[in-house]
Amino acid sequence: MRGASRTTPAAALAALLVLSGCSGSDGGGGEEASSNTLRIIYQKAGDASPLDTLMQTTKEQFEAANEGVTVELEPVEGTDEDYNTRLALSQRSPDTAPDVFYEDTFRLRSDVEAGYLLNLDERLAGWDEWVSFNEGAKEAGKADDGSTYAVPLGTDTRVIWYNERVLEDAGVEVPWQPESWNDLLEMARTVKEAQPDSRPFSMYAGTGTGEGTVMQSFYELLYGTESGGLYDEESQKWIAGSQGFIDSLAFLKTLYDEELAVTPAEALDPNVWQVVLGTMLPENQMGATVEGSYAPSFWQEGGMLEWPEYADVMGVAPFPTQDGQEPGAVSMSGGWTLAVGAGTENPDLAFEFLTTAMTQENLLQYTVDNSQIAVRTDVADAPEYLQANPFVEDVSAVLDVTNYRPATSSYAEISTAVQEATEAVITGGATPEEAAATYDEALKAIVGEENVVEE
Amino acid sequence: MPLLPAIVLIGIFLAGPIVWSFYGSFTNAALTGANAKNPEWIGLDNYTSLFADPLFPKSLLLTVIFVLVSAVIGQNFLGLGLALLIRRAHRPVSDVVGICVVAAWVLPEIVAAFVAYAFFFRDGTLNQLTGFAGLPAVDWLFEHPMLAIILANVWRGTAFSMMVYQAALDDVPQEVTEAAEIDGAGGAKTLVFVTVPMIRRSIATNLMLITLQTLAVFTLIYVMTAGGPTNRSTTLPIMAYEEAFRYSDIGYGTAIAVVMLIIGAAFSLAYIRLLRERNPS
Repeated sequence: MRGASRTTPAAALAALLVLSGCSGSDGGGGEEASSNTLRIIYQKAGDASPLDTLMQTTKEQFEAANEGVTVELEPVEGTDEDYNTRLALSQRSPDTAPDVFYEDTFRLRSDVEAGYLLNLDERLAGWDEWVSFNEGAKEAGKADDGSTYAVPLGTDTRVIWYNERVLEDAGVEVPWQPESWNDLLEMARTVKEAQPDSRPFSMYAGTGTGEGTVMQSFYELLYGTESGGLYDEESQKWIAGSQGFIDSLAFLKTLYDEELAVTPAEALDPNVWQVVLGTMLPENQMGATVEGSYAPSFWQEGGMLEWPEYADVMGVAPFPTQDGQEPGAVSMSGGWTLAVGAGTENPDLAFEFLTTAMTQENLLQYTVDNSQIAVRTDVADAPEYLQANPFVEDVSAVLDVTNYRPATSSYAEISTAVQEATEAVITGGATPEEAAATYDEALKAIVGEENVVEE
Repeated sequence: MPLLPAIVLIGIFLAGPIVWSFYGSFTNAALTGANAKNPEWIGLDNYTSLFADPLFPKSLLLTVIFVLVSAVIGQNFLGLGLALLIRRAHRPVSDVVGICVVAAWVLPEIVAAFVAYAFFFRDGTLNQLTGFAGLPAVDWLFEHPMLAIILANVWRGTAFSMMVYQAALDDVPQEVTEAAEIDGAGGAKTLVFVTVPMIRRSIATNLMLITLQTLAVFTLIYVMTAGGPTNRSTTLPIMAYEEAFRYSDIGYGTAIAVVMLIIGAAFSLAYIRLLRERNPS
């Protein structure tokens, strides 16, 4: 009995401590925020990170121009999702909140609601280079109140990347331009016949690839149906009971059931995109896939998945609408920005750092290194940009038909519900109708019935 | 008051986070969005939606299976078995076995998780080995995610039980087991009727500790399967993390943490009961 009573409180406390560890907020560094120090948080993916180069350059230029001011760079290594979480945690306390940070456009509106971002309207009005940014790109930095909170670094689009060799070997004529979903299946089946062990046309699915599943796959399908997107901008309600949603799931099901795409097990691996871009396409095992306009940044010399021959082997085609209806093609755009922390002690210095990063010279280098689509008109016109890779023109052309995510604060959860629907369909866990019905239920639970409209 | 600093420390570092957890679970605190700025008291809303969430019962069941199979059965019995066998083995054999088992325990959790991932992965060690034997490759993490994480946790955690039982068995006086043998008890009978009752206290303590450890396992599962596919290995810690950090809903995630806390407390109470019943002092 004595032994038992001695272990009880200790073990109970240990249990509580271990379990509550899951919910405790990140203490963070709590460094001395001296008035002459700027803290910058940004994402660093891989060893050769164009953003890291941009930040290092900006730090040098900024410190040379502002004597006595120190810039502390805090790169976060990890996926987009990990980065967003890490950033949000550091913003929760004024002691750890950064002065300037790299912000995903799809988190912007929700982070503005949270009060993390400084309103830049006045400062931008006094910045003579702001006129060089194109109007579409400026929208990316705006929140629901119409004010601008962030300055875009670049944007992107999604297109079909196809391997000309694989298509030609199967007798598909290149340049290939599909005009409807049927054309996609037709090409895939032709290639499958000629090369049975290949993955002729792969599109991401499942929760493993996260936002990639929706941005580089499902939305290209959904936004090309008569039903359109997830959200009705006019009534500001989310759409349930959409036929386009079912059709899109059915299309993915066909790809996976007929083994035209990667296997379901491969699809659920979060690193599948590296296998697709780094192995399957370069080794002629894959016909085509949907990927971002930034794909060349991985393939170009010094890139993460270097493959210098890509320029001769790969071709680009806009993703077609379901039956070829207007506007004929579909794309999705996202992009990243720089923003200033709402709690910064030095808003003027922080904004100056931001503008130093955004000069034509700096942004040109970054846009080219990172295969971004230019947001400054004087970058877009620069010969270095147009010659950066053979696909710049093709991937910029689809800006006319591009769409943006409905990035409200519930978006992340809704996006996961969509990813789960695709996962259920490709693993055979549900029919497209059942998966769509499950999504409708989840949607109502997330935003409330009053914010959902039945199609 | 020499006790005062200790009480203050416990208050800050132990009671504080727990109280905060309870409080947080009654609010709609979030990482982003309007609720991040002004979290509001929403009473039991988080709990009502948790109990209505179809994922919750599934996740609860997976957690209980994970704890029972990998800790209470796997680590516990394997640990006891190893401890008994090692006592009888020759010195070099027991040393080698001991080092192999403890190696998994010594590895940092993240390293162990990657090792387990590399072992069960589609083109991983296990499939290469079974491939040599001419068996078809099985995608363990995809087809049997629960089995994979359970085996990984048994591998990683058995050393702890083994060491606890080794220490406990050393305390069993040799005369007692010898006397039992003279009275005609076989090896199995001696174990059940003599050895186990004598190390009962260690068993209960060990069960409590490994249960609580396993209940909180996060890194191992997150690295190996991230809760997938289709939530087939989403235990409560994974669910809490997803809700709190992926969907930015801190309040909801905290509510799940509180539920885990209650489950841990329930297990602990059960083990304490076990100790008491057999030990009327």
